Formats: sequence, C-alpha cells, structure tokens
Amino acid sequence: MRIAVASGKGGTGKTTVAVALSMAVSEKVLYADCDVEEPNGSIFLRPEISRTEKVLVEVPEIDEEKCISCGKCAKFCQFNALVSLGTPPLVFPELCHSCGGCAIVCPTDSISWKKVSIGEITVGSADSGRVSVIQGKLNVGSSLAPPVIRQVKSHIADDILTVIDCPPGTACPVIESLDGADYVLLVTEPTPFGLHDLILAVDTVRVLGMPFSVVINRFDEGDDGVENYCKNEKIHIMAKIPHRRSMAEVYSRGGILFDAIPEMLDLFKSIPQMIERGIEVE
Amino acid sequence: MKEIVVISGKGGTGKTSITGCFAALAENAVLADCDVDAADLHMLLAPEIISRNDFISGNEAIVREDDCTGCGVCKKNCKFDAIEVTPEGKYRVNPFSCEGCMVCVEVCPVKAIDFPPNHCGEWYFSHTRFGPMVHARLGVAQENSGKLVSTVRLEAAAKAKELNKDFVIVDGPPGIGCPVIASITGADLIVVVTEPTISGRHDMKRVLQLAQHFSVPACVIVNKWDINPEMTEVIEADARNSSAEPLGRIPYDRAFTVAQINGRTLVEETTGESVEKITTIWEKVCQKLK
Amino acid sequence: MKIAVPSPGKDLESDVDSRFGRASGFIVYDTDEKTFIVADNSQNLNAAQGAGIQAAQNVSSTGAGVVIAPSFGPNAFKVLKAAGVKAVTCSAGTVKATIEDYLNGKLSESDAANVEGHW
Repeated sequence: MRIAVASGKGGTGKTTVAVALSMAVSEKVLYADCDVEEPNGSIFLRPEISRTEKVLVEVPEIDEEKCISCGKCAKFCQFNALVSLGTPPLVFPELCHSCGGCAIVCPTDSISWKKVSIGEITVGSADSGRVSVIQGKLNVGSSLAPPVIRQVKSHIADDILTVIDCPPGTACPVIESLDGADYVLLVTEPTPFGLHDLILAVDTVRVLGMPFSVVINRFDEGDDGVENYCKNEKIHIMAKIPHRRSMAEVYSRGGILFDAIPEMLDLFKSIPQMIERGIEVE
Repeated sequence: MKEIVVISGKGGTGKTSITGCFAALAENAVLADCDVDAADLHMLLAPEIISRNDFISGNEAIVREDDCTGCGVCKKNCKFDAIEVTPEGKYRVNPFSCEGCMVCVEVCPVKAIDFPPNHCGEWYFSHTRFGPMVHARLGVAQENSGKLVSTVRLEAAAKAKELNKDFVIVDGPPGIGCPVIASITGADLIVVVTEPTISGRHDMKRVLQLAQHFSVPACVIVNKWDINPEMTEVIEADARNSSAEPLGRIPYDRAFTVAQINGRTLVEETTGESVEKITTIWEKVCQKLK
Repeated sequence: MKIAVPSPGKDLESDVDSRFGRASGFIVYDTDEKTFIVADNSQNLNAAQGAGIQAAQNVSSTGAGVVIAPSFGPNAFKVLKAAGVKAVTCSAGTVKATIEDYLNGKLSESDAANVEGHW
C-alpha cells in the first residue's frame, strides 16, 4: 500500500507525520521523499546511504554542419530553451522540458538528443534496515521536479508499505507525487491559514478522485474551524497531534514526533490497518 | 517609494503573520501577496475586491473531438503521458499532465488541436483597512511562476506610484526557486523570516545567496528563536557572513495563532513582548531604507 | 551606434528598469541620429520561464550594439554574447543619464553574468 502525506502549505508538519508513520510501524517500510526541492526526511531518519544514481533527461544537441539556421526550432520551443540569432541555435538545457518538439520541426534533421543530469536519487536504509529511504533531490538551477519525482517512484515496489512525502502546495509536482498512491493523508493546522490551505488540498485530491483523511497537527492550539470543516464535509480525521512546545524543540534538533509525544506511537502504528479497513469499506 | 519583500524559504516560519504586522505598522503602503501557493495574507487583511483580472501563462492544448479522427499520433508523440483515449475512441488532453509544449498541435495530421492561452488564475486589486492590496489566486495544479510574481509586483508598484505611497510590502513566495528570484530582483530590501531549525537555517542561507547575487540588501528575523537558542546564534552568525543584518528575535508566541483566528494582525490583537520586538524591527527596516 | 536600456517608460527621462528579462520595454537610442525608439518587450511577459533569454533576443533584433542594465543573468548574458551585443552594467538613474555615463566612459562592460540564473 502507498500512503502519500501531503499538505496545502509548507510548515504544517508534513515531514514530521511521514517520518513518524515510517518509524511507528513494525513492518518493513519504504520512505519515498518526493519533496525534491527540499528533501529533509533524511534529517530525521538519518539513513545509511548505500548508493546514489543520477536523474537524466534528454536535451537537444545541434549538428551545426547540418543546421541551416532557419530558427524554426527556437520559434517552436514553448519554454525558451532554444534561441536562434540567425545562427545555429543556442541551447539552454536547464529550461528544456524534453518534449521533442524542436526535432520534429527541424527541416534538416539536425537535432539529436543527449542526456544531462537534473538531479540525484539517494538510496539508503534506517532503523537497522527496516526502513528503506529513497530521496530525490533536484539540482540547484533546474526547475524540472517531475522527472526526479518519477524516478523516485520507480523505486517503489508493490509488496511493501510505502510512505510518500509530497512537496507542499497543490501545483504539478504534488500531482506527480500523488499519482499512483492508494491513499492520502493531508496534514494541516487548526488555524485559519491551515484551513484555507487544507481546502485547496482537499479540492485537489477530490479532483484526482483519491481517498484521503486529515491529520491535525497542534490540534489544541488553534480554533475548531478545521474540525467543523471536516465534519461538514464528512472527512475523516485520522489523527490529532497535541501541541507541545517540546515538539518544536525536538524538531529543531532533528528528533522525531515520539521523542516529544510518546503516547502518539500506538495511534500511528495502527494507521495502515485503519486505512486498509477504510479502503475496503469504500 | 521603497519595496520591501518578505521571504522565508521553508513554510511555517511566520512570514505571512509578520508581513501582516508590517502592513499594520506602515502608515502609507501598498500591500502585495506573491505567496500564491499559500495565499494567506488576505485572511489577516480582509481585502474587498475592487477589480478582477485574468491571469494567463503559457498555452494549453485542447482537442476538438468533432474533428479528431482517432489516429493517435498525438498520444504517440506526447512525452508527458498527457493524452487519453475517450470512450468514443477519440483523444483528449489531460490538463493536469499537459505541460503546454505544443508537440501534439504540430503533429496532428488534421489540425484538430487548439492551443489557446492558458487561464491559470486571477489577480485582484483590492481595498484593505491598511491600504490598497494586489493579490492573486491560481487554479488547481497550476504552477506559481516568475510571471505571476512579476505581475503582482508590477501592479503594486504602479499603484504605489499613482497614490504616492511610501512603501510596497510584498509577502514573497515560499521556497528557493524561480518565483523567489522574480520576487526579489530590483527590490529595495529583503526581509528573511526564518526559524531556528535545520531546514530553516539551510533555506535562509540559500535565499541570502540569492540576495547577494542580485545585490539586494537583506536582513534577517529569527522567529520562535527560543525553541533553540544555540541554533539562533548560529543562524545570526550565518546571516552576518552573508552581509545580512540580524534585525531581531521574536519569541515563540501563541498570540500569533490567536490573532490569526480573530482575523487580525498581531499588533492589532495584543501588546507585549512580541509586539514590541516587531515594532522595533519595523523601525529598523524604515531606518535602513532612509 | 545603438544603445538599448530597459525601462518601463517611453522617453529618455524615464528610469532604468532594474529587471532585464521582465522589463516592459527597451529604449533604444541611436547615437548617430540622436533619436530613439521604444522596443516592446511585453509579449515576453507571457513566458513562464526564460524571460531573460527572450529579452536578449529582442534587444539583438533592434540592432543595438550595446545594452546597459543593472544586472544580467547568465542565460541573457550568453545570448547577448552570441549576438555580439555588449552588456554594460549600471546603477539606478534615468535612461538619459545612464547613456551619458556610458558615452563618457563611466560605465564598464560586464565580462560575466553578475547574477546567478534560474534556481
């Protein structure tokens, strides 16, 4: 089963919940960090790295002998990755989406493809080998999160419980991370900001037609807006994590949820079974 | 007119709450929300929308099913798996996967694919109790872009000039990507709101690097500083090394949440240590801009 | 010689725009004819990415041999270099004062991008 952990905005405790879930269960688990612009699950899981691999994408390479400097490729490119100044085009690989359009419009077949690296996948394990950790990291300078996320997901096997730490927000890297997950946990805070961003996230998972429930972090610190919303919308609240100042302190030092709030352990342990049952009911 | 941009890198550091306080403390400002991924400033400022404007970025492919012959060439050429077969054996574009590359439009043998401008949201001009505000809202799965940030900033600056305002106060986008660059180029001052955590420190260093590259003066506020005083010291030292002045520390304070619940900025909600600190920080910001 | 300067305005008394890629236009001054035109750059605003590259291409197509702006990203710089347009950096001021400074030798050519590009 694949459980994606997402949130409408950053800083609500998404990584805290994803890490806690991975550490709570006693079975083997894969933690997939798809927050590739800011992968920080490893700060808390501290995996031993066994190997790394590059994320490669194809970008155009111009054969200047064949090129007649017609500029059609640059005119076609929607991403400004090619520029023609009456010369063979300049290529800006970091802007290229690898759509293949330039080669299609080139009248002299002057464009071939070369592979460039846009990020890195790290494979490791934590908690004496029980937790496998796959982390994707986008290179500084690249804006193409989806290929890195796709490669992280290519490591996910079907027979192992998987926790997917999604990027914050509701934009396309989130959609890419959610694609293929069986269930979504939306992490929020009981504040007006938290509720506002939760509603956007709920809209997104509903559009995608995915089963989901909500985890309220610091539930006793705000108002009852989130709980009322969930009640009205008939959204199940999977967990309510109490506010402890010590949690902020533990977090700032790279500790995990149960270091500050050990009594949450039993609930987190049972989340996969609860989801399993919930999915069967639906 | 001086433009102040508040950014944070990671989310949840209190950037928007502090921006709201600046809005309340500045007597003559235009406010701009460029944090379109989590556009929350309006919840503190309760803007009354005066005008709505379409926001367009890039183009999207749409198959005219009546003209589609079902040949499947588009699907074969799409690198983003964005083309689906309909029950009638025709093809359609899944807008969530489409990256707007135009390849399908080009290869369709019967030219049955349109490529209209992509309406990805709206931007608004509004009135608030602290002055005019420019803000925006994106549709589901639409990307915040350098373009949207530039649009909001440009409109806010134009308004400030027209109304002879002293400040434009911008709630900047989260993260460290392209929208952040678009939010800081040419600004008069960057205020980085960070927190004393490992990722807070990491992101602050990245955004200060950006500020240096773009030669925009920057300063740093450590929010919730008392959850890890040693880390606060480290962060302030990092800031100085990047030529950014630490402007002050704000303690962990539940009053921020209470103020948010009441739809007010902290300086309207209460008095006390945090409000004093923020007021002092705002005075320092004004001095730096003189 | 033609000199291009990014500006939101329509005449030589307008301010220099601190944004190169997303400037709404360029004022292109012809030092021989002592005239200027305003070259539109606003279609570029529709681009979600690569604004600096497109702006550099637009400058090149005006026939300018020099462009003066507060900063250039590496992508814009690469295009300008390939197009044989000199990139010169300046600080804030009016378009007119900036061009005069350049003609009086007060501004120098930038030999590398002075800002990091796309992150």
